[in-house]
Amino acid sequence: MSEWLTYNSLIVLQGVTLLGACSGVIGCFAVLRRRSLVGDALAHSSLPGVCAAYLIVGEKHFSAMLLGAFIAGLLGITIMAILKRYTRIKEDAAIALILSTFFGAGIVLRSIIQQTEGSGRAGLDSFIFGKTAGMIDDDANLITALSVATLAIVALCYKEFKLVAFDAEFAQVQGWPSRLLDFALMLLLLGSVVIGLPAVGILLMAAMLIIPAAAARFWTHRLSYMLLISAGFGMGAGILGTFLSATEGMPTGPCIILVCALFFFASLLFAPKRGVIARLLARRRDQLTLRAQMESGEGPTS
Amino acid sequence: MTHFAITGPEFHQAFWTIAVAAVCSVSCALLGCFLLLKRMSMMGDALGHGVLPGIAVAVLLTGQVTSFTILAGAMVFGLLTAVLAEMLSSTEGVSEDAGLGVVYTSLFALGVVLLSSFLRYVDLDLNCVFLGLLEVVPINTEIYFGWEIPQAFPTMLVTLLLTLAFLGFFWKELTIVAFDPALAQSMGFSPRVVNYLLIALIAGSTVSAFEAVGLILVLSVLIAPAATAHLLTDRLAPMLGLAALFAFSASVLGYLLRNLGGYSLDISGMIAVVLGAQFALVVLFAPRHGLVAKWWRNLQLSLRIAEEDILATLYRAEEAGVTVYSLALKEHGLSPWVVSFAHRKLLRLGLVNADTRGLPILTEAGRRLAQYVVRSHRLWETYAGAVLEIPADHVHSAAALVEHYIGPQLQEEIAATLKQPPTDPHGKSIPPSDK
Repeated sequence: MSEWLTYNSLIVLQGVTLLGACSGVIGCFAVLRRRSLVGDALAHSSLPGVCAAYLIVGEKHFSAMLLGAFIAGLLGITIMAILKRYTRIKEDAAIALILSTFFGAGIVLRSIIQQTEGSGRAGLDSFIFGKTAGMIDDDANLITALSVATLAIVALCYKEFKLVAFDAEFAQVQGWPSRLLDFALMLLLLGSVVIGLPAVGILLMAAMLIIPAAAARFWTHRLSYMLLISAGFGMGAGILGTFLSATEGMPTGPCIILVCALFFFASLLFAPKRGVIARLLARRRDQLTLRAQMESGEGPTS
Repeated sequence: MTHFAITGPEFHQAFWTIAVAAVCSVSCALLGCFLLLKRMSMMGDALGHGVLPGIAVAVLLTGQVTSFTILAGAMVFGLLTAVLAEMLSSTEGVSEDAGLGVVYTSLFALGVVLLSSFLRYVDLDLNCVFLGLLEVVPINTEIYFGWEIPQAFPTMLVTLLLTLAFLGFFWKELTIVAFDPALAQSMGFSPRVVNYLLIALIAGSTVSAFEAVGLILVLSVLIAPAATAHLLTDRLAPMLGLAALFAFSASVLGYLLRNLGGYSLDISGMIAVVLGAQFALVVLFAPRHGLVAKWWRNLQLSLRIAEEDILATLYRAEEAGVTVYSLALKEHGLSPWVVSFAHRKLLRLGLVNADTRGLPILTEAGRRLAQYVVRSHRLWETYAGAVLEIPADHVHSAAALVEHYIGPQLQEEIAATLKQPPTDPHGKSIPPSDK
């Protein structure tokens, strides 16, 4: 255990924790806006950006690759918006098209990188499956800084984002720049996808956004609590998943997501009021009350 | 290449790579059409991810990679993905997209962990599962009926035949379920049963395709050909035909472009890129639904409106005895260059002329057309005032839009209804009809 707590691994753990909080919070807005699967498209469409950055810089340069991912994601968002606005292609198909075409282009670029000099493949594959082991403290510090910035923006614009997440039309009528705020939320979603890629990986980044938020939804009706609970799930999954992957020698991404899934399953079963068990108990109680009333001849009170 | 031989290893490689890619992408493309029409495209992605634990369990049980066990395992987990997603989505507080997202990502993570922890000694490359390894498929061959055939091919062919049989048997049901599930329900067959059959088949196609294109690019062959075909036709049967054609052409082109730029590129990635390029071309240039065609129609319309507005403006100026110094028409919401283009066209057609000072005036033919537009405008104002009882100060702006869409017949009918009124609500005279 002691060899674990080196300075570097503490920094990495701090980065993973903060990115868990970040995707937990942003994921809530994505889930409430019915945009959970857009996160998947953004994650997959970042691959050509990551590869192009590698080809242009000529080596594995962490921040350049994140920038490439961001630009490719932005391109994906733009094309999705154009398809939805100007063609008969529906949103679900637009998401699927962007996801698969961009990812295919990324795979093609990756096959070019594999034939060039240097150890490109190892660096790239850690983006696909997620890997925290190879991360140096500069990388983790960048993730930390970006996560804190994202969380700060959400804290500053909390009221506005809340309004847009629940009722964009109402926000528009009230005179808020609804479309601008919606676009800002989309950018934050892209931002948190990009931050999460190196640790969680392209294939499973969407889960990091969806699952903590969907799990938190079982516990509360209030957005502020939902954000906190979701952030908590994200952080917990980040920490536990990273430990699991390091001790079992498995890719980090799937481990983090399995912990998330565990949180979700527990919430689904045990959450008070909205959990499956609570609901079954409530139904049973209603049945017993009804039967007691019938037997005492009162009949159901309306 | 010095000569082209239809035997030998090179031909074997080319033929079987294309055949394998084409057979599995065509069967995916056919089924994908229904996903697209039912707005369930992301179910394709979910199935691609959700079948992974099925593959892992099947490989764990049999120790083999290519077998019908994998097909069965994948179909079970494909159905499980769909059923779990539906159950979750019907829970209060979980939306449809979130339910699907939770299920398939969790199953996928489970699959990765299973594969990477238990299957280290089985000959199954994780990269191959996710990304496909079309290059290797023709090398692993077996002899069937005296023919040297890639191991993976019979499963793929069976899947394609199953798909075709399914489409043939359930054509009517599929059509109704795709376009009107409520009608299907009321006619006595369950859209859910048809749905689940479809999902099981897609899971089967997904897994028979995973060796060729990988689990993630399966989404590309499911949705891209269907979306491309959807932009070209409004009928189901031609849509399926076109989708199959696009899937086939992408398989061939993807293979042919594998050495683009001197690199040996990933063929399945290339197929996805070609599918994306085909889609992009069709989005731009499709005759009815394409962006260029739409832009062209809009341009034609705004050009006609600009022409009519110029003529009407000149007519009103003539009527009032004033001179028109500029045809900017800013208040008409038309861009300046559309107006100047329209002006030049009117000059060319001899409908507008320039007077001695170079200012625009109407010719005899132009005046007749202008009369027609102004007649439409003022008749509509009168109609709005007299029949619809709209106050006189509100009728102009609507008439300025409607005047461009009133045909000769409608114009005469309005005139007849109003008993050929001489003036509009503002007291201006309504020009007579040509006839």
